Amino acid sequence: MSESVITVENLGKKYLISHLADNRERLFSNLLVNKAKNIFLHCGKLLASPFAKIHSSSIDFQEEFWALQDVSFSIKQGERVGIIGRNGAGKSTLLKILSRITEPTTGRITIKGRVASLLEVGTGFHSELSGRENIYLNGAILGMSREEINRKFDEIVAFAEVERFLDTPVKRYSSGMYVRLAFAVAAHLEPEILIVDEVLAVGDASFQKKCLGKMESAGKEGRTIFFVSHNMDAVTKLCSRGLFLRSGKLVDDGTPSDVIRRYMETTSRLSGRIDWNDVVTAPGDEVARLRMASFRNEDDEIITTLDIQKPLRVAIEIENFKPGTRLIPHLQFTNDSGVILFITAFNNGLDSRPLPAGLLHFSCTVPGNFFAEGNITLTVTVNTYEPVVKVHVLEHDLLTLNVEHTGGVKGTFPYGWPGVVRPRLQWEYRAS
Amino acid sequence: MIIEAGRTERHYWKDLWRYRELLYFLSWRDILVRYKQTAIGIAWSIIRPFTTMVVFTVIFGNLAKFPSGDVPYPILVYAAMLPWQFFSNSLSEGSNSLISNSSMISKVYFPRLIVPGSAVIVSLVDFLISCVILGILMVWYQFAPDWRIIALPLFLILALMASLGFSLWLSALNVKYRDFRYIVPFIVQFGLYVSPVGFSSSVVPEQWRLLYSLNPMVGVIDGFRWAILGGKSEIHWHGLCLSTSLTLFILVSGIWYFRKTERIFADII
Repeated sequence: MSESVITVENLGKKYLISHLADNRERLFSNLLVNKAKNIFLHCGKLLASPFAKIHSSSIDFQEEFWALQDVSFSIKQGERVGIIGRNGAGKSTLLKILSRITEPTTGRITIKGRVASLLEVGTGFHSELSGRENIYLNGAILGMSREEINRKFDEIVAFAEVERFLDTPVKRYSSGMYVRLAFAVAAHLEPEILIVDEVLAVGDASFQKKCLGKMESAGKEGRTIFFVSHNMDAVTKLCSRGLFLRSGKLVDDGTPSDVIRRYMETTSRLSGRIDWNDVVTAPGDEVARLRMASFRNEDDEIITTLDIQKPLRVAIEIENFKPGTRLIPHLQFTNDSGVILFITAFNNGLDSRPLPAGLLHFSCTVPGNFFAEGNITLTVTVNTYEPVVKVHVLEHDLLTLNVEHTGGVKGTFPYGWPGVVRPRLQWEYRAS
Repeated sequence: MIIEAGRTERHYWKDLWRYRELLYFLSWRDILVRYKQTAIGIAWSIIRPFTTMVVFTVIFGNLAKFPSGDVPYPILVYAAMLPWQFFSNSLSEGSNSLISNSSMISKVYFPRLIVPGSAVIVSLVDFLISCVILGILMVWYQFAPDWRIIALPLFLILALMASLGFSLWLSALNVKYRDFRYIVPFIVQFGLYVSPVGFSSSVVPEQWRLLYSLNPMVGVIDGFRWAILGGKSEIHWHGLCLSTSLTLFILVSGIWYFRKTERIFADII
């Protein structure tokens, strides 16, 4: 009978969003000025003088924001738990609290065992140092002793496949090598409890397979794993239990497939088009932001239902703030069960090109007779790859489209036609 | 282990010991990076105190003719330059240490005290390298220290406590109020003029002595001079006690304030 290694009771995390008058940074000089203002105001009220009418717009106030509210669950040893939810649901906050990076506001957590957290790949890496030096640095930051790193050094290098480049500065590494090395160090931690946050989002397919493999073997060794990801495939394959967080609350707790289905049902958007009119709230960073995403048919009309035989045009608008940036938008399609059907990128594997600043319009056409019936959901990312992969926009499950059967590959076949895609392919025959 | 709001981490001091190697690695990283990034790298820790000493000797020793007793003026200045550079470097690097390591602080757990600690250690390494110059200077002027040199490590520890105390205060304040990084160069500048670097403490009139000793570095620098220059330099013992107690107070309160603010570092950094 395995006992609980993690017990979470009524966990809550409150952030204070300050609305500073004039939008200033938190400065000591402002603190002094405000104290002076308050004293002034106070005196003003006492004297009932005109000073008392200082306008309220110059007063700073703070708003409360509960990133997590009343979350309770317990994990037994050896369980592999996947946490899913939309961006902003509180998943990363939960991991940060479990990793002791930030304190909870309410509630308590009881943890038995050594915890290692992988919230980012390459924490502490310094671009001027060589691969060898960074292995030691990163290992020490993650909590390994020098003796431990020495012992595992060769394994780490072999896992990362960077033997030849061990003594070159990391700034010369390709993005793939960088990410492999960073993960290799973290993969050789041997904690009782492993906490992982969407690490699989970076890197190519072989890297992701390696990551998953390592986590699977960690699971087989009986370690407890806490895994946040938007990759439903990985969650289903790796995890024995799922937790669904929405707006800071724990909404579902059960088997991964049940929880994923609940997630897909409640978060899909059936509207055909999504806009961000205010550039400040548009998803992205100071390099690029997503302004619009839409599903259209061949006549450029917005659609929420697609005829399975007809092509689909996905149109997105991206605001580029730095001229010359080699932005590469990607579109990812997932089905009802959260399986990723495919990902398509703007450059189609070719060299990227520098793009001008301003609002850029991209569209991609998926040929008719390709998708299978059912709902498909769109996820958009915008990355740059030089010098290392950097994700500027990542918006999961933005829009959902219903693909309807009207003929095509299945024809008049009366029953279901399995398959995640349903392409019409060329067939040839000849009699011998 | 229990994680709860407001629970003082009993594990913290145990964790500090567990993560002691990280202190070494962070210091090693900063030194290595400096070495790799600049053409003169390590030489910087020699050039800085050396050129300041030359400038001070020319301006205060030769031109302004500040009295130096029967000690060669360069050695008088250098004996003070050593602890002062250590202190000011610790302050400059330490006060910004948390902010410059913000990506680590928001992604990994480790006792944050290690961060300003490593900045102080890096300055300590610079200090040790600069000590070599002092040795060369003393050979050049054929000036041999007497038995008082044994007290030097004690004064070094005092300097370390002062540096760490101030760094803890400033680094934590800098995270909370970002304009503190502009105050630090001013403190360092101002400190250079009120500390007995270019002059000897003996020029300070008796009635101001106690007030003057409120500066923690007065005790440290006077102590260094006393240890290195032997009987040729006097220590004002009351002043030293005052400086030392102030240093201890700043260190202890620094640790308290740092621990108090540490809880919210990851949220506001």
